[in-house]
Amino acid sequence: MLALFLREIRLGVRAGSGALTGVLFFLAVVAVIPFGVGPDLNLLARIGPAILWIGALLASLLGLDRLFQADREDGSLDLLLMADSRHMLALTVFTKCVAHWTIGVLPLVLVAPMLGLFMNVPPLGLAAATLTLLAGTPAITFIGAVGAALTVVLPRGGLLVSVLILPLTIPVLIFGVAASRGAVADTDLFLPPFLILTALTLFFAVIGPVAAALALKGAAD
Amino acid sequence: MTEKAIRRWIDLANPTRFLALADAMLPWLLGAAVLTVAVGLAMGFAAPEDYQQGITVRIMYIHVPFAWLSMFCYTVMAASSLGTLVWRHPLADVSLKAAAPIGAVFTALALLTGSIWGKPMWGTWWVWDARLTSVFILFLMYLGIIALTRALDDFGRSARAAAILTLVGFINIPIIKFSVDWWNTLHQPASVFRLDGPTIHPSLLWPLMISAVGFTLLFLALHIMAMRAEIWRRRVITMRRLAARRAEGEAA
Amino acid sequence: MRLAAEKLSGERGGEPVFSGLSFSLESGQALLVTGPNGAGKSTLLRIVAGLLPPAAGRVELSGAGESIPDARAASHYLGHSNGMKGALGVEENLAFWREFLGQPRLTPHEALEAVGLGAIAHLPFGYLSTGQRRRAAIARLLVSYRPVWLLDEPTAGLDRRAEQRMAELMREHLDGGGIIVAATHLPLGLEGAQELRMGKPS
Repeated sequence: MLALFLREIRLGVRAGSGALTGVLFFLAVVAVIPFGVGPDLNLLARIGPAILWIGALLASLLGLDRLFQADREDGSLDLLLMADSRHMLALTVFTKCVAHWTIGVLPLVLVAPMLGLFMNVPPLGLAAATLTLLAGTPAITFIGAVGAALTVVLPRGGLLVSVLILPLTIPVLIFGVAASRGAVADTDLFLPPFLILTALTLFFAVIGPVAAALALKGAAD
Repeated sequence: MTEKAIRRWIDLANPTRFLALADAMLPWLLGAAVLTVAVGLAMGFAAPEDYQQGITVRIMYIHVPFAWLSMFCYTVMAASSLGTLVWRHPLADVSLKAAAPIGAVFTALALLTGSIWGKPMWGTWWVWDARLTSVFILFLMYLGIIALTRALDDFGRSARAAAILTLVGFINIPIIKFSVDWWNTLHQPASVFRLDGPTIHPSLLWPLMISAVGFTLLFLALHIMAMRAEIWRRRVITMRRLAARRAEGEAA
Repeated sequence: MRLAAEKLSGERGGEPVFSGLSFSLESGQALLVTGPNGAGKSTLLRIVAGLLPPAAGRVELSGAGESIPDARAASHYLGHSNGMKGALGVEENLAFWREFLGQPRLTPHEALEAVGLGAIAHLPFGYLSTGQRRRAAIARLLVSYRPVWLLDEPTAGLDRRAEQRMAELMREHLDGGGIIVAATHLPLGLEGAQELRMGKPS
């Protein structure tokens, strides 16, 4: 499994711009919003964490469609499927998800505080937003794996993955934003939504790979 | 251009000549750059402090050169794009690809130093003011060009694609600038390049100019170094492909 | 060890492509699956590999030891695609499969020497020609041990010399008690192999 993880990381780093594109998309989405809302720093500071979350959500959907499709195209997927008795397929999917998250989503979490500065989010809010992103975005990847597995046979599954996945990620978004708001606002609490968010991630870390493995087995042709 | 000058320009198209020239020039260029930057900054620190801004004004001596270079570098890249698209100069694409990351770093530094300067002045790290916003958009464009030059493995195709994107961006920059100006403004108006002469005091202007020249030399040196690395990288790729083909020949 | 198929039927996209196929192979035996395009050779191999469910009948493997429950776990599958990443080095690719598939045999370097690619082990896989890619994929069969080799057009894109080398490797595998099922148009140079001729479904 470590070998698979290392391979995925190497591929992500070497095959170039995948991770960079995700970060760029994130930057662009977040940068565009002030133009729509207007340069009112107070307003931006209030909606900043929500913007970060939506940006990260959209950016982490990018590239999800390639999660299994690249392996299918070069025949690796067959071999991963055949190794099921040695490495449980769900575990293989889990490893691929973790690698995908490390390469594609972790950089987003790392640039999030900097982008928060652009919107004048106070330091405490920044820390909370980053922490919630760190805890919540893996759930998006795990849910995304299911969509990626379902659309693996489709030649242009990219957009379809996003359409399938977005509604399923809404709970993650709700609790992520609620927790980051709770850290700054006096009336809301931070810990309860944050714990629910973490629970969601753990929950989907199990459900996602198992469902994706099922879908992959069914998709073989 | 005289015929001799033209021939020299064509000679430069040969990467080997370019490498030889680069090797000969680099130490001098780097030395001159470091020296000029040092003199400029030293003079900057000797210059009087601003009565309003106090010591923070000193960050100007690096902030302004960085901001100037963020635009200069893009101009170099736009010229390189013309070189690729119009004259098909083989080094133009190398120049474009080598300049993009350097430009991105200078732009990031301009944003960073500006933000450090802005914190005590405006009380916040960032405002969505016209000047800052357009530099931020420029930064995004740099990153986009870098992503594009990395995405394609085939030199020829990636060269054309990057050149087209750079030129479209170059035409767009004034439009972005004006639209953002209209959107909002807080940054001070231009104070150095003005029709009625600079409004900035000479005791501040001189160190600023020298340090700008120094950083420009530094950029040129870095650019040549990056071009050299890019040429070498391409040679390694070509040689690897050759090795694969040669192995095929031996096996047959 | 015995690999057997009983009254196997396969379908592709809901269309039956073959039915009632049976064969039985002991250790050291090979089966050549021949027939025109569309006869279902690849489908048959994928069913044996456990990648597709059979429409009817079953594939059985017996006597391979307790750790290998079914034909899928006992098999190397070499399909039309090579299962290698263009961005990684040839040797890196093989090292990964060796680690992941388990039961290591040859080192990646030895395996590449065996298929005549020792000199370019460090190159990214994407730089290789079609024939070299195929040979690198064949090297995968050598880095980790599987008693059954399921080969789909193994020599597609190979030149004469590489074909002969492949035949030697297959004979070595059979001599070591292995089983080979190969779908092919071209003669593979395997003497004494059974042949299964598949025709167009009527």
